[in-house]
Amino acid sequence: MNIIEVNHINKSFGAVRALNDIKFSVKEGEIFGLIGPDGAGKTTLFRLFTTLLLPDKGQIFINNKNVVKHYKEIRHIMGYMPGRFSLYQDLSVEENLQFFATIFQSSIEENYDLIKPIYSQIEDFKKRRAGALSGGMKQKLALSCALIHKPQILVLDEPTTGVDSVSRKEFWEILHQLKEKGITIVVSTPYMDEAGLCDRVALIQKGRILSIDTPLNIEKSFPKHLYAIKTKDMHKLIHDLEKYQYTHSTFPFGQFVHYTDKRNEFNIRDVYDYLEKNSHIQISIDKIKAGIEDCFMELMINQEEK
Amino acid sequence: MKAFLGFIKKEFIHIFRDFKTMIILFGIPVTQIMIFGYAVTNEISNVKVIILDNAKDEISRDIIHKIEASRYFMIADYIQDPNDIEAYFKKGDVKEAIIFEKDLEKKLRKEGTASIQLILDAIDANTATLIESYTSSIIRTSVNEKYSNPQLIRIQPEFRMLYNENMEGTYMFVPGTMALILILISAMMTSISITKEKELGTMEILLVSPLRPTQIIIGKVIPYFFLSFINAVIILALSYFVFDVPIYGNFFLLMALSMLFIMMALSLGIMISTLSSSQQSAMMISIFVLMLPTMLLSGFIFPIDNMPTLLQLLSNVVPAKWYISIVKKIMLVGVDFQFVIKETLILFGMCILFIGVSIKRFKIRLD
Amino acid sequence: MKDAERIIKVRKLYKKFGSFTANKDLNFDVYKGEIFGFLGANGAGKTTAMKILCGLSKPTSGEVKIANYDIYTQTNEIKKNIGYMSQKFSLYEDLTIKENIRLFGGIYGLSKSEIEKRGKELIKHLELEGAKDKLIKDIPLGWKQKLAFSIAVLHEPDIVFLDEPTGGVDPITRRQFWKLIYEAAGKGVTIFVTTHYMDEAEYCNRLSIMVDGEIVALDDPLSLIKQYKSSNMDEVFLKLVRKI
Repeated sequence: MNIIEVNHINKSFGAVRALNDIKFSVKEGEIFGLIGPDGAGKTTLFRLFTTLLLPDKGQIFINNKNVVKHYKEIRHIMGYMPGRFSLYQDLSVEENLQFFATIFQSSIEENYDLIKPIYSQIEDFKKRRAGALSGGMKQKLALSCALIHKPQILVLDEPTTGVDSVSRKEFWEILHQLKEKGITIVVSTPYMDEAGLCDRVALIQKGRILSIDTPLNIEKSFPKHLYAIKTKDMHKLIHDLEKYQYTHSTFPFGQFVHYTDKRNEFNIRDVYDYLEKNSHIQISIDKIKAGIEDCFMELMINQEEK
Repeated sequence: MKAFLGFIKKEFIHIFRDFKTMIILFGIPVTQIMIFGYAVTNEISNVKVIILDNAKDEISRDIIHKIEASRYFMIADYIQDPNDIEAYFKKGDVKEAIIFEKDLEKKLRKEGTASIQLILDAIDANTATLIESYTSSIIRTSVNEKYSNPQLIRIQPEFRMLYNENMEGTYMFVPGTMALILILISAMMTSISITKEKELGTMEILLVSPLRPTQIIIGKVIPYFFLSFINAVIILALSYFVFDVPIYGNFFLLMALSMLFIMMALSLGIMISTLSSSQQSAMMISIFVLMLPTMLLSGFIFPIDNMPTLLQLLSNVVPAKWYISIVKKIMLVGVDFQFVIKETLILFGMCILFIGVSIKRFKIRLD
Repeated sequence: MKDAERIIKVRKLYKKFGSFTANKDLNFDVYKGEIFGFLGANGAGKTTAMKILCGLSKPTSGEVKIANYDIYTQTNEIKKNIGYMSQKFSLYEDLTIKENIRLFGGIYGLSKSEIEKRGKELIKHLELEGAKDKLIKDIPLGWKQKLAFSIAVLHEPDIVFLDEPTGGVDPITRRQFWKLIYEAAGKGVTIFVTTHYMDEAEYCNRLSIMVDGEIVALDDPLSLIKQYKSSNMDEVFLKLVRKI
């Protein structure tokens, strides 16, 4: 069953088109990821279905209820964690939690089981003011606050932005635990590597959805052969590949450069020879599977060309 | 309801945790009253007095002697004709005329009561009150020595406000300070506290929560209503007990109308918060739209009558003008409600207007 | 690399806040033209150390030299010889691209003609000719960050500090940004950069990883990956921070 239906949404701010004909649905109990850079329209979209903004065109249904008409009911079943750190800095950890529990007509005790795995990690600091917490702890508190009324749907706007990669991993582990408890999670992130942790993702850029599918299917749909190339002088490698006449795309990826060719049928030996001719040594070329980031960049290039 | 109470509790925590703001909130009115109070109540000395002695008996001579001996007074002249008093006052250096009625002692003895008239120059009404009280106490001491009952004598002070008929600009610091502080706390603090939530992003969560917008607004308003009210009481208590500013009218009427003014200021604050998206702009609007007009156009510092017509017209939309008028009339003139109906209705109307605009503008959404 | 000119020298650097030690016995050198990655979990003490290196805060003890200037006594000289850019603050939103260039050029003491000349080159290099009179708030984040970096190195500082410069930037622009970094490094500017993208960490010449206020690893990315028997920096980082 689809718990969220988004139908052809348009939203503009003045002359800026923030969202352009957005359409997707979220199934009950899944983790749905919106993957895209800042300014792609993720936050606007979230504000639309948390009933904070009104669309110019199109409708959004949550639990078969129109978000514009039935915003009051929807606000009861939704847990929302906005992108900015939005807790009361001058209230203690416990007071923040208490506050959000009461305004959602719940109590810490009532849903303690749900938040326990997260809250227990910061409970030692419960008398500390929220403003004095470290980034990771703030994030855990914000999540606890969003969960305290046991929402059916959890909406998280860039919960991991600016958080180090280890804390990010921990955070995703928590999300998976929550999924086990039947909570539908809609989460946005600018980190492409987090896409693989979602059940389904929508890649979004400049207000348009580039692709929606399971991460695996998106990766499979990568239209080109992808190679990871490495030589001794990486600098020169990037430079030379950019000049190569058959290069379709070439992007550095950590220690490698990911390369696609313009031609559909070709022998990768050509590239090897080209590099050798340009006096590269220790050349290694491996055919690899595309990751979400490769797909995203490929889709971006296509979008630009259109 | 529980959610609402939780919200109010949170608001109080915000206020009490922010120690600096608390100091400012309660410090400003106290210091302001102190500064104004002490600036005008310098101790008096060598005040020039003229005397019209129609009695010329033992008791009048005793009183005159005592006044002459006091370091507070200096007898400038003895006059025969009451019509001369005006001329002395106009010259400016004489502040008081003491008029003893005929057969003072005889009346006291036979009828058990007599009266002494004091005429005071009330350009500086504060000093005038002081002079009046010093003179009265000398007179009563004298009567007491002779008849062991100071109440026999009726002292009739008459404030001749030659240039200042309505006591403008003197005790004015009390109503003025009240208006300013109440506007400041109610309107500025509420608008800042609401915009702060917008800035922090917590407003997003509040809006997404089942808490209704009206509950959010009322929850924001209640703590500041209390604070303002306490401040009003502090200001009145300070002026009454420390500076002897009189409250001639009904204290409860005064407090009730102060609450109306606070309500008006709070709704104004909410309206400002709906117009601004940051604490900074809320602050700027508060200062330019509230504080400056309250100080400059309300009659607090500059008398409205002396303003150009345009500013006089403009002063009508400054809520503080009407409140100051109410406080002045009730506190210093001592009138009943019927004399402040106009002002009350105007404030009430403003209150309704601001609440209306706020409700219309306060959104259940973000844009 | 060791023969190269030393730009940053840090010896036994300690920074304490009351009983809390934010930086504990930091020792490292950064050389001219090097891209030095400064990694660590949130709250590991990176920001504190970065502030000290920029001359914004004094260490509790230890020796720190930036471009041969002493951090305790010559902070003004240091500030003239460094560039700084962060994700949060970089440019004035309500000024145009050209105005920002002029402003920052002026702040760093470039002459009018120099600002004019270098500004033109910069705009041309970033292909911003059509947008030079646009307000910063009206241009996309990716452009903003590239522009901010270019302005931070406009006065040709010895070293530029980048605090999470690519946060939230799309993957293509992120790579264009790193191209700018490489170019600057090629011209001899030393780059000191923090990031949460582990693939970016692998673009650095050398990396230090901080855990709980201490530097627990410092080497080039490939050696670290080998040393910790990992396939990429992400794993190395995970192992170090989780202390496996």
